[in-house]
Order: sequence, then structure tokens, then C-alpha cells
Amino acid sequence: MKEVLILGEVKDASLDPRILELLGAGKKLTEASGDKLSVLLMGDRVEDVAEAAASYGPDSVYKIEHPLLERFNADLWLAALEQACAEIKPSILLMSHSFIGMELGPRLAYRLDSRLTTDCIDLTIDSEDGRLLGTKPVSGGNAICVFKCAGQTQMVTVRGNVFPPAESGNAGGAIASINVTIDKSMSRLESLEIVEEDTVALDKANVVISGGAGLGDEDGFEMLEELAEALGKSFGSVMVGCSRMAVDKGWMSSDHQIGLTGTIIAPDIYVAVGISGAIQHLVGMVHSKKIIAINTDPSCNIFKVADYGIVEDFEQVVPALIKRLEEVL
Amino acid sequence: MTELNIIICVKQIPDPEAPLSDVSIDAENLEVVVDAPQVISPFDENALEAAIQLKEELDGKVTVLSMGKKLSDSVLRKALAAGADELILLEDNGFEKLDSHSTATVLAAAIKKIGSFDLVLAGRQAGDWDSGQVGLILGEMLGLPCISLAREITVEDGSVIVKKTVPEGYERVKAKLPALITVSNEVGELRYISRTRMLKMMRGGDIPAWTAEEIGVSDDAIEKMNIASLTTPPDMTRDCQFLEGSPDQQAAALVDVFVSLR
Ligand SMILES: Cc1cc2nc3c(=O)[nH]c(=O)nc-3n(C[C@H](O)[C@H](O)[C@H](O)COP(=O)(O)OP(=O)(O)OC[C@H]3O[C@@H](n4cnc5c(N)ncnc54)[C@H](O)[C@@H]3O)c2cc1C
Ligand SMILES: Nc1ncnc2c1ncn2[C@@H]1O[C@H](COP(=O)(O)O)[C@@H](O)[C@H]1O
Repeated sequence: MKEVLILGEVKDASLDPRILELLGAGKKLTEASGDKLSVLLMGDRVEDVAEAAASYGPDSVYKIEHPLLERFNADLWLAALEQACAEIKPSILLMSHSFIGMELGPRLAYRLDSRLTTDCIDLTIDSEDGRLLGTKPVSGGNAICVFKCAGQTQMVTVRGNVFPPAESGNAGGAIASINVTIDKSMSRLESLEIVEEDTVALDKANVVISGGAGLGDEDGFEMLEELAEALGKSFGSVMVGCSRMAVDKGWMSSDHQIGLTGTIIAPDIYVAVGISGAIQHLVGMVHSKKIIAINTDPSCNIFKVADYGIVEDFEQVVPALIKRLEEVL
Repeated sequence: MTELNIIICVKQIPDPEAPLSDVSIDAENLEVVVDAPQVISPFDENALEAAIQLKEELDGKVTVLSMGKKLSDSVLRKALAAGADELILLEDNGFEKLDSHSTATVLAAAIKKIGSFDLVLAGRQAGDWDSGQVGLILGEMLGLPCISLAREITVEDGSVIVKKTVPEGYERVKAKLPALITVSNEVGELRYISRTRMLKMMRGGDIPAWTAEEIGVSDDAIEKMNIASLTTPPDMTRDCQFLEGSPDQQAAALVDVFVSLR
């Protein structure tokens, strides 16, 4: 029987929510084909997580436990995955389009002599030849392309927040251990330090106020922070985000970036200030419930996707807005 | 330490930041048609800046490799104007719409022909197909340590130290040279290039172009992307209601909007 394998990521010793989305995607494929669905988990100890994963109804859960796998190390994880795939021989391998998936996917595809389609938003099976079809936005999101997966193991990384998460299912899938032979010498990178930064969880915000190149400098973002504070009194969680240009210029750290290569969000309200609305930015925020844009250029793209627009210099309108909010809200 | 030899892979693409109105889909030929000038893919410009900075600091050579069916040297000479030392085009009728694995195969063959190097740099992903694979596959093919999503690169004593983005912040990692690095935008924008400098480079000498045969890539070593269909994305446009008047009036109108959404 053919097997659809999911690479599950473990986060703080618990099941990463993305696994549930992959399980949702995997169930969609296997319900149609009758193939086996399984999850692979790696880490130092993953017994608890394996049990949690099993309760969502995959046919089996594999665990690879090894002290060297405690923290993500691409070289070691890759070696372990390569060995596991040689044993399991999955016909399809699903990974998240996460930091881990983005790094392991291409390298594993090379080692398995397979081909990978990244950042998929839909998966189907070709009714004629049974191959996996991966739907992926290309050209920033200007087009939707369906790629046919090649190779013995058909590989995809899957975009987050697209597939509905699996609901807990008929538990009872067997948990099996896979032994791998890895040692320190396989790691060609030496980790000198990991610096934790205060990263913002933009996907948890109700309102996101984003700034772009149009803010002109870092001070512009202070103004947005003030605006966020004024709105915070009525809207709960209000956070400041930005376009890539603001990251390029060093005004904001990259965890604030919204878009194709940043975070993809859909808050209740999105306010874009001094952002032109390049497609790579739009794909990150276009599903927001209400979109408000402030920009000096009436013809810029951002107004095409906005519900409300203000054509004005932000330095004129944002202070007036803060003042008014403080009076009214 | 001896001089640093850097090879950087640069892709020429239609401007990925072209307005939506200049983009259309040719579903029959499976092509995204962009009515905009060709440019260097943005993350490759970031990688180029990183390469040039390393060279300025440590001395050495920056060689730019670009692969395609028909490349424009006026677009790619920008890399020379920015400070790269050599540009080599990999041009062949067969080098069109290759899949990531095949693109890496061609680049690897050219790099082997060049011979010695300390660093290979690539962008984290190209702005046309947004694949994000070629750099890492290339690293595997060349048997190099691979470091992805670099935001800062330094070289000392035969090793490279990279700040790479990780979910919790960044990690500093160290690898022995030679190594492969994929570069993200945090390394900074490509420097400003004056018009005179650009024009001078345009008039510069011939740019070498290597064919598939010259780098020993046979037809059956490369495959095209296997595309089943290409379509227009769902319409994203909304009816924008513009709030008019003085800034104070606009602010007041927007506050009313916020109140209604509360
Ligand atoms: C592969 C790839 C991935 C990418 N990923 C992302 C991503 O994840 N996120 C992202 O954002 N971008 C991404 N980009 C970059 C994207 O294409 C754009 O370059 C970027 O979004 C532009 O940022 P911006 O709108 O801030 O800057 P600009 O395009 O320079 O726009 C600035 C805007 O500010 C306005 N303005 C100027 N002065 C004022 C003022 N005083 N008051 C009000 N408005 C003013 C201008 O009219 C203009 O519209 C990516 C690009 C590529 C190729
Ligand atoms: N045709 C090409 N010529 C030179 N470099 C390329 C080419 N295609 C991809 N690359 C390199 O590989 C990176 C990632 O591309 P991709 O995997 O296609 O998104 C790019 O940023 C370039 O550095």
C-alpha cells in the first residue's frame, strides 16, 4: 500500500498546530485514494507528542528519538529523515512551509532524487496518472500554478493557515520507533549561539498597523506605535507590522514583516500606512476583514484592495487620528 | 588568509514589483506575462551586496553567474557596476523554464568549470516562481555545508560565521570554507550605483557566455518545470471608499469607521 507521510514538527515539547493542518491535508488525499497516512516525529523524546498525534487518527506514528535531535540541526535532521524515508518509502511526503520545511525540503529532495513543490495552497491527485498535483501561487501571487510532482517520493511544503486542521479522529494508530544512525560529525555547522529576540506574533493580533517605505524613517514607526496604543484601548490586541522595505532599511526587525516572505495574516482590521501594495505584500494581508490604507499616491495598488482610503501625507493625518481617537474612544 | 573567491548566482527576471495591471496570464503557453523591464531578482541583489562587502573587507574576487535562454547583459552588467569582478552568462536554448533541480545542475556544472571558490551565494528565493530551492540543492550537489536565510556574513580564519534567521530570533553558526549560503533581505539593499558608473560598465568589454555543451550539461540532465495549469488568482479588489477633506476631517471620518467596526 502507498503511504502519505507527514513530517511533524515538535514545538516546546508539544504538537505544533501546523501538524494538524498537514493532517487535514493528508486526510483529504488518503480518503480519496485509500492510501495509508502516517506522521513522523523527531526529537530527543517525543513519546507524549506521538500519542497526541495518534489521537488525530493517522494510521501510524513513527518516532525517531535521539539526544542529538533535541534541537533542530538541519544536517542531523536531514540524515535522520533520509534514513527514515529509505525505510518507510513514502509515496508522498508533506512538510510545513516553515523554517524547518524550507530548509530541509530542497536538500532532502536532492538526497531522495525527488522533486519538491514549495508553499502549496492546495493538493490534489491527478485522476489520470495518480500523481500528486501541488497548487502554488507564483510570481508573488500574480498567478496560481499547478505543478505535477515528479520522483518516487512526491514532496511538497504546505503554506500555513490554508488547510483546515484535522479534528481528533479514531485514535488507535500504532506508534513505532525508527532507529537512525547519526553522529555529531554529520553536522557541518557549529552553532555558536542562539539569540532570542522579542518576536511579535502578528497572527494573533485583532488589528495590525503596518508601515512601509513611505514613513521615511524610524520615527514614523513611533507614530504608528502611538496609534496602536490609542486603538488598543478599544480593540484588544493591536500590533505594528511593516513591509519588507521597512526591514531592508533597518527600521524594523524582520519578524514584523507581512507578506510572502514574512507573516501571512488575516486580522479584523489592517491599516497600511505608506505601503504601495506590491503583490508580495498583498498576499500577506489581503484576507484581512477590513483594510484601510493611507498613502499620498491615489493610484497606488494598495487602494485597489482597500475598503477605506485616505490620500494624504501620513505625517498630517496620523497625528490628527491619534488625537481624535483619544477624544472619542 | 588568502583572498576570498566568491561565486554568486543571480537570476534575471521581469520586475517582480510591477503593478498588478501590468501582469497577465498566458494560460495556453503557461506563462506569466509581465509588461515591465527585466531586473536582477531582489534577493540576489541583497546577496550581491553581501558579496561585494566581503570582498571590500578581505580582498578577493566576486564572480557572477546567471543562467537563462536569452539574457540581457545590460541588466546583468549592473552587478559589475556595483563592484563584481566578473560576469559569466550561461546561455542556451535549452535553459528555459528549468525546474529547480535542473537549474542547480547547470549552475553546479559551471561552478565546477570555474574550479576554485570559497563561498557560493544565492538568493533565498527568486521573484518569478518563488521556489526557494536552487541555492540549497546546489549546496548539496557541490557537497558543501549549507547555511540558509543569512542576515549577516563574516569570514575569518578559513571559516564563515553567519547570523541566520530562526523562529526565535537568530542563530550564529560557523562553517569551514568552502560553503554555500542563501541570503535574505536583512543583509541590506544593494548600494547606489551612479549613472556614470552604470554607463561606463555598459560600454565595457565582452561578457563570456557558456553553452550547455561548454559546461558539459547534456539534454537528458535537465528537465523543464512540469506545469499542469496556470491561472489567474481570485480577484482581490475591493471597492475603496475614499475619505475626503482636510487631514482633520479625514481623521474624523476614519475614527467613525473605527467606531463602526468596534
Ligand atoms: C520574492 C519576493 C518576496 C517578497 N516578499 C515580501 C514580503 O513578504 N513583504 C513585503 O512587504 N514585501 C515583499 N517583497 C517586496 C515587495 O515587492 C515590495 O518591494 C515592498 O512590499 C515595497 O514596500 P513598500 O510598499 O513599503 O515600499 P514602496 O513600494 O516604496 O512604497 C512606498 C509607498 O509610500 C507612499 N508614500 C511616500 N511618502 C508618503 C507619505 N509621506 N505618506 C503616505 N504615503 C507615502 C508612496 O506613495 C508609496 O506608495 C518581496 C519581493 C520579492 C521579489
Ligand atoms: N537561472 C538562474 N541563474 C542564476 N541563478 C539562479 C537562477 N535560478 C535561480 N538562481 C539562484 O537560486 C536562488 C533561488 O532560486 P529559486 O529556487 O528558483 O527560488 C536565486 O535567488 C538565485 O540566486
